[in-house]
Amino acid sequence: MVSRIIALVIKEFLALLKDPKSRFVIIGPPVIQLLVFGYAATFDLTNVPFAIYNESPSEEARQLVARFRGSANFNDVATITHDEQIAPLVDSKRVLLVVHIGPRFSRDLRSRAGAAVQIILDGRDSNTAMLAMGYVQKIVNGFNVQWAGENDKPEPPARLVMRSWFNPNLLSRWFIIPGIVGLLTLVVTMLVTALSVAREREQGTFDQLLVTPYRPWEVLIGKAVPGFVIGMVEATLISVVAVFWFQVPLLGSLPALYTGLFLFLLSAIGVGLMISSLSVTQQQGLLGAFMFLVPAIILSGFATPILNMPPLVQKLTLINPMRYFMVIVRGVFLEGTPFHLLIGQFWPLAVIGIVTLSIAAWLFRRRMY
Amino acid sequence: MTPYHNSPPGAGPSARRLTLMRLRGLIRKEFLQAFRDPSSLGIAFVLPVVLLLLFGYGVSLDAENVPVALVVEKPTPDTASLCGAFEHSRYFEPVYLHGMHAALQALSAHRIQAIVHLREDFSRRLFSPGSAAIQLIVNGVDANTARIVEGYVEGVYGNWLEDYAVDKGRPLNIPASIEQRVWFNSNLRSRNFLVPGLVAVIMTLIGALLTALLMAREWERGTMEALMVTPVTIREILIGKIVPYFILGMGGMALSVIMAVWQFDVPLRGSIWVLLLGTSLFLLTALGMGLLISTTARNQFVAGQLAIITTFLPAFILSGFIFDIGSMPPVIRAITYLIPARYFVAILQTVFLAGDVWPIIAPNSLALMIMATVFIGLTRLKTRKRLD
Repeated sequence: MVSRIIALVIKEFLALLKDPKSRFVIIGPPVIQLLVFGYAATFDLTNVPFAIYNESPSEEARQLVARFRGSANFNDVATITHDEQIAPLVDSKRVLLVVHIGPRFSRDLRSRAGAAVQIILDGRDSNTAMLAMGYVQKIVNGFNVQWAGENDKPEPPARLVMRSWFNPNLLSRWFIIPGIVGLLTLVVTMLVTALSVAREREQGTFDQLLVTPYRPWEVLIGKAVPGFVIGMVEATLISVVAVFWFQVPLLGSLPALYTGLFLFLLSAIGVGLMISSLSVTQQQGLLGAFMFLVPAIILSGFATPILNMPPLVQKLTLINPMRYFMVIVRGVFLEGTPFHLLIGQFWPLAVIGIVTLSIAAWLFRRRMY
Repeated sequence: MTPYHNSPPGAGPSARRLTLMRLRGLIRKEFLQAFRDPSSLGIAFVLPVVLLLLFGYGVSLDAENVPVALVVEKPTPDTASLCGAFEHSRYFEPVYLHGMHAALQALSAHRIQAIVHLREDFSRRLFSPGSAAIQLIVNGVDANTARIVEGYVEGVYGNWLEDYAVDKGRPLNIPASIEQRVWFNSNLRSRNFLVPGLVAVIMTLIGALLTALLMAREWERGTMEALMVTPVTIREILIGKIVPYFILGMGGMALSVIMAVWQFDVPLRGSIWVLLLGTSLFLLTALGMGLLISTTARNQFVAGQLAIITTFLPAFILSGFIFDIGSMPPVIRAITYLIPARYFVAILQTVFLAGDVWPIIAPNSLALMIMATVFIGLTRLKTRKRLD
């Protein structure tokens, strides 16, 4: 019986890897995508284009301007001398923000109310705008502290001391790249499994498989193993690149990571095979794969936090295997979360895997055309 | 025209009539095929609605009700006023924990996002040299959220400090403060920029999904050979494939725009015509891309895999829809120029939030026009009435 299953596994591997195009699709893109997305997916702003509109000839204004020009986050692309120049620059997205220092800046600095630095911001991309505002705030705060010190002003009664755990420099790359491990593993597993049964059904070879002495669960194993092997290899490869190329710390234990990966693959393959055995044509299989992949990725916490979602959508994410794996992979990489604290993530993955695989096996025989 | 061009030579108007007749037949065939397979209709009309609803509500970068722990070592009226400021902020949901040990445990277990720690000497050190420290510890795993939380805490702290100083009769002297003017999206509502971006991602999916398997299916089933023996030209076959799916795609887009405006209250400040222009160009590009994938692969399995890899993830990550393109390294920025969704995201965000700003719309439309021509042209070149 074991040799029977092995024969089936070999056949599945051949079907997958025999065609050079298909072989390339499984191996090439994930590697390329990891490198491209690893560099592309960042919330840290560099080179934010901005313009200075300085109407004050004072030394203080020059100091503030120098602070903006010296910041690694900002890139001075234009100097403005009239109000009318602002709108065209912002409208055409040549600058994200304009720093406007009024003519009375240095006098206002010494007044009771203080001086205002006007920031005009393009809000079309509100996240970038908000992040840029944070950088601006830091620059102005730095200026204030220096100015107050030089002019013997009293310091504020309390100060805020900020520290960040697990990611001291708040590098969003550390957050995104472990996420990409999950993302690409899911995509590759879906590619391998979602069309596999649908293709055989469309070509009629699945009927042949059903009249052989194979039991449904044997067919299931035969279909699942290639996805499993490929998923494991890809995830390992991506993790190695994450650690050695992108220098993301891996603080936790490998057994915790691989237990999570095993269960995640189980559930991903389960969903893939379920979609595949539900569909009669490859078009439907492809559609099903997309209909699963797209929400699974967007509602996983990969890019936007689950906590920000409305309660109903948060509940919906409970059936999303990627959601659990995101917690596992980020926990193991960045926080060094020990095995026992991840059990709460492990069991839902196992449940999703078992349920979907059972449905897939059941559908093998029931859904016949 | 290729040597395989089949219309009878020298028959001007009647040849055109023949072409039209054949085209009508082909388009009718594609329409029937599309309507009989529920999955095509599902892609065009159900997919945009479901995805927009799910993502419009689900994708948000605005953190609200952030769970934060307040650890007060020695409660005094001063600490109470600061804690009150956190309680009244709509951004925070404070919980009081005793001791840093419990708080750090809660942070590790993700029950809270941040800890505000007031030491036992907090009140004593207010207004004394060196000033009192308010310690903030955030969970930095999600760096973006951590930064946003830091910003909120700074806001709460700044307001409290001012009120507190006035209360104590020693008003603060802040030398320079920021006066913020946000154009186009004054509340910095993330939905306003995410929904137009999502529309672009969804249209990429629809365009590619609708067409990715079309040619591959004909080749695989052998119906391409059947088409070859008929007098229809390759050009007619391609037009026949594009027209019905273009109409379906436009229908999906109309639904998406209606939902963006009425369901999600995203302002539409530009004109419908510019939107129509941008959408048509983008849809042609997306359909062309799908057809090219389909023709190159000639195998539904590979075409499906290619469609998944080349459309959704690049549109999601490299289009500027969520990650800022300007902040990417130069090599990656160069790659984004190859992603059609990038141009469409720029057009949509501008038309929705800013209006008809031609310096943005014209170059992006031109880029889409070039891409559409290249994709459809390559498909035309790759499809030959020939069996290899």
